[in-house]
Amino acid sequence: MDKQRIHTDPKHYSWLTERFSPPSPVAPCLLRSFWVGGLICVLAQLITDTGTCWLKMTARDASSLSSIVLVFLTALLTGLGVFDKLGKYAGAGTFVPITGFANAMVSPALEFRREGLVLGLGAKLFSIAGPVLVYGVGSSVVYGLIYALFIR
Amino acid sequence: MFDWLMYVKVFLVGGAICTVGELLVIFTKITPARILVCFIITGVVLSAVGLYGPLAAFAGAGATTPLTGFGHALCQGVKHAVEESGLIGAFTGGLSATAGGIAAAVFFGALAGFLFKPHSK
Repeated sequence: MDKQRIHTDPKHYSWLTERFSPPSPVAPCLLRSFWVGGLICVLAQLITDTGTCWLKMTARDASSLSSIVLVFLTALLTGLGVFDKLGKYAGAGTFVPITGFANAMVSPALEFRREGLVLGLGAKLFSIAGPVLVYGVGSSVVYGLIYALFIR
Repeated sequence: MFDWLMYVKVFLVGGAICTVGELLVIFTKITPARILVCFIITGVVLSAVGLYGPLAAFAGAGATTPLTGFGHALCQGVKHAVEESGLIGAFTGGLSATAGGIAAAVFFGALAGFLFKPHSK
């Protein structure tokens, strides 16, 4: 009946799409980042427990091991092009854990490789990780100075 | 031997921290890079005032895997190094506590850059 109107009237068309498209995607987005982010943390806990229980590592070494394994997996998946798809699906679920830090290094390294090994790959490796390290290390040094001079 | 409850806590806390990041993505115009920077500073601050330690004890990797946990590791590393070797620890502690993750990211990042070709998006 309304077929003609849908095809010719943009206002009616947008009214229809608005009416029949699913409600704003906020809740599904949050849910996706929740379960993927949670699962990445569970994987990290599994690796840490493997380190302490079976490989007889200290707690600190085991948590380093879990960072290293997660970073390795992220580099591999980013290189294969899988991580970008996962990132599109899970949003903050993949970039808030350490996987996001690793992806932020690998992704530009891949992309800017053709601009050279030093100023392309080497420099772009830190285009996002750089600021994270600057402010992370910077604020920890500030805390260390305050702690050493006033609190300890 | 296998502690199921711990894994439930890891999942819930880790997921919740990621959801906070997603809320920032959806409701503010902060770019992901800035969110990462905010998270790591938040981690250092929460750890410095003593709030993040109990969370990490409660939720394990659920608290230490997100970037706030990276900040926590930096902060606790600095604290222990200062207790052990004084003022110099403020400079040596942070990076030595997080060396594994950072060196792995540099090494595997460069390696992936050598081995793989960029993907068209």
